[in-house]
Amino acid sequence: MQIIYSDLLCIGSGLAGERVAIEAAQAGFDAVCLSLVPPRRSHSSAAQGGMQAALGNCIKGEGDCPDVHFLDTVKGSDWGCDQEVARMFADNAPVAIRQMAYWGVPWNTVVPGQSCYYKGGEKLEKEEKADCKGLITARDFGGTAKWRACYCSDGTGHAMLYALDNVAVQSGVKVHDRTEAISLIHDNEKCMGAVVRCLKTGELRAYLAKATLIATGGFGRIYRASTNAIINEGGGLVIALDTGVVPLGNMEAVQFHPTGIVPTDILVTEGCRGDGGTLLDVNQERFMHVYEPEKAELASRDVVSRRMTEHIRKDLGVKSPYGDHLWMDIRHLGEKHITTKLREVYEICKNFLGIDPIHELIPVRPTQHYSMGGVRTNKDGAAYGLKGLFSAGEAACWDMHGFNRLGGNSLAETVVAGMIVGEKIVEFLKENETGFDTGVVGSGLKKQQERIEKLISGEGKEEVYAVRDAMQDVLMDYVGIFRNEQDLSLAVDKLKEIHERANNIKLKSNGLGANPEMAMALRLPGMVRLALCVAYGALERKESRGSHAREDYPERNDRDWLVRTLAYWKEGSELPELKYEPATTIVEIPPGDRGYGGGKIISAETKEA
Amino acid sequence: MVRKLIFSIFRYNPADPSSRPQTKKYKLEETENLNLFVALNKIREEQDPSLQFDFCCRAGICGACAMVINGRPGLACHTKAKDLPADISLMPLPGFKLVGDLSVDTGTWFRSMNEKVESWVHTDKKFDPQAEEERMGNDVAEKIYELERCIECGCCVSACATAQMRDDFLGAVALNRIARFIIDPRDKRQEKEYFEVVGTDQGIFGCMGLLGCEDVCPKHLPLQDQLAFVRRRMGIHALKRILPWKN
Repeated sequence: MQIIYSDLLCIGSGLAGERVAIEAAQAGFDAVCLSLVPPRRSHSSAAQGGMQAALGNCIKGEGDCPDVHFLDTVKGSDWGCDQEVARMFADNAPVAIRQMAYWGVPWNTVVPGQSCYYKGGEKLEKEEKADCKGLITARDFGGTAKWRACYCSDGTGHAMLYALDNVAVQSGVKVHDRTEAISLIHDNEKCMGAVVRCLKTGELRAYLAKATLIATGGFGRIYRASTNAIINEGGGLVIALDTGVVPLGNMEAVQFHPTGIVPTDILVTEGCRGDGGTLLDVNQERFMHVYEPEKAELASRDVVSRRMTEHIRKDLGVKSPYGDHLWMDIRHLGEKHITTKLREVYEICKNFLGIDPIHELIPVRPTQHYSMGGVRTNKDGAAYGLKGLFSAGEAACWDMHGFNRLGGNSLAETVVAGMIVGEKIVEFLKENETGFDTGVVGSGLKKQQERIEKLISGEGKEEVYAVRDAMQDVLMDYVGIFRNEQDLSLAVDKLKEIHERANNIKLKSNGLGANPEMAMALRLPGMVRLALCVAYGALERKESRGSHAREDYPERNDRDWLVRTLAYWKEGSELPELKYEPATTIVEIPPGDRGYGGGKIISAETKEA
Repeated sequence: MVRKLIFSIFRYNPADPSSRPQTKKYKLEETENLNLFVALNKIREEQDPSLQFDFCCRAGICGACAMVINGRPGLACHTKAKDLPADISLMPLPGFKLVGDLSVDTGTWFRSMNEKVESWVHTDKKFDPQAEEERMGNDVAEKIYELERCIECGCCVSACATAQMRDDFLGAVALNRIARFIIDPRDKRQEKEYFEVVGTDQGIFGCMGLLGCEDVCPKHLPLQDQLAFVRRRMGIHALKRILPWKN
């Protein structure tokens, strides 16, 4: 059995994982990144519209500063975030974006002079200042007071990932692509690395490291319809949860993006609405401004997704063989804008829908998009429960997003958290030595080897894809945008049964080499556990906050639920154990009204009824 | 009428001693809006769970799913069945090490390419976290982004006659990358340094100008222009080296 040693093991090589690895490599440490795919194919590359950083260079961003960014982020989170972390984030975003510019990202910049822009379908004029010429510009995004989403056309994530991977190559970060960590090696106190399956050969290896980082992104693929890449199955979260001592935070906080295309669920960027695109109903009439007079199409994503669903429920959606949808209209933005600033959107519409968005409407509906929840860490990115384990990016619950992430804040988080957590890991590596217990390593490997053998020649009865479909059906039907006790109880019961089935799988194929059925069979039981953390966490949280909207508890309840859910999984259990901690210890901005969404609030001062 | 599609798919699993390279046929009824992402997953899930292929973003953004589709390299995710005849042949991309069936190891190739061309901004400047970003004209940024849109899918390499004849040819992807850094004012490399990287038969002078690369590029990058641009710059530099008074 091959054993590979390093100072830092990064599980995941998207923006967050590579940013952390670069910090360690440039400090002289040996950093190895694991990745399911070649690093430049990571899902970070699919982020289109922008990265939030309060530079305030463009005229519609004038007066912006980290304070305003912080306020927008806290409101966006529906006061579910850790305010100390949100503050660190907002303060450091300008540094991180300038570093990305230094590393080669070709950000769009300010062009002085008159130009027009659209808002709510209406044409308006603006004049950019001459003294800001050549500085990074920004576009409008939902839930923000200023134009703050800095961009490279609508391939922002792609440009950032390529620049960052360039620096990783330059810095000597090693990337072992097509590898999958399938369990953490730990002794209940410290993390020593991971058991890893090679996706080229199927062999198992042990990676041992002084520090291990989980940066595997989100887990959207537990849902059938998701904008996420097919690799976003939550592998990093599963191996953390399976330790029994590391909790996952706020797993019930799942974001639905307003504009997934119908069918295929591919995302079209919030930049469409930011640049003045409108949402239309079956009568080709705007409706968002009726629900949200102030923000209209540019309220936060949770709010727009709910309003769209409400509107469809009033039978004002457009019927299609794939279910009801609404329209997005960017026609008025014109050919030049669409083929330069919204180029990926243009290509996606052409290639996947066969429509031309310059002349035609785009069919859209809210679609699972982002996981606010993840491996719970402290503000340094250190995971609760195991020394030497860290997490960053979407995989982590660091927790600057609370119950709803603002568009453009995830790209920003990857490089800001990558920078901050990277520095903390370098400190950790300088101050700590470790020992590797060969007994623990050996038993960790043996356990996974036995799982593999059992899948090939055991007594299992279930087929892997049937079980996966059953899990996805439950989440789609009962754990969506609007939730209630009856649906969620049913979901939990069904998922418990599906979890048993997932542990009783037998392969139909021989399982040799880079066998895809084996890969899915190894992942699936963990994915069902994540689904249970989502459904059970949602059932127990008896309020509505951000993306978690309970029809039977429509108020945000700051009296009883200004808390973060922590889900632990003890081996052999059929449900997670839920604990709670205060959402934030430092309060810069006391809970208040978001200014959009129209929800009712039970304030912390209210006496119990 | 619903078409019955017949997929002829290359099969070989190097990890299975009983496996021999062969083409296997799979039948599938055409459904509305069927693309190769959906079709291949259906075949795997309903007919043969051992079938290996690569998808990631399934939106034409990440470059994972390049394969040879009816003799032509392309991205499977954005290839629609209705644009193909009922007989569809799928082969792995040539020029890359086979992982199994339709899956090839592009990661190792591209990492090596990025190391060879030193695909990063070369500068003596230190990053100053307190300073304003260096200004750049929006037109320059857009020109760089145009070339930055490459998704390293490998189609251009597999469609390149030179790359098929010599393993060490850098390919259009690398030459496009060099062009991207030449026009980036942040990169301080001089002509001489670029010449050392691509002024060889492994680089720009190995290109035979057949331009299969441009024909198959799924992002429609202007590869022909970039090859000409790099060739002209490197050609002039080579001449200057011969004519010392020109320096």
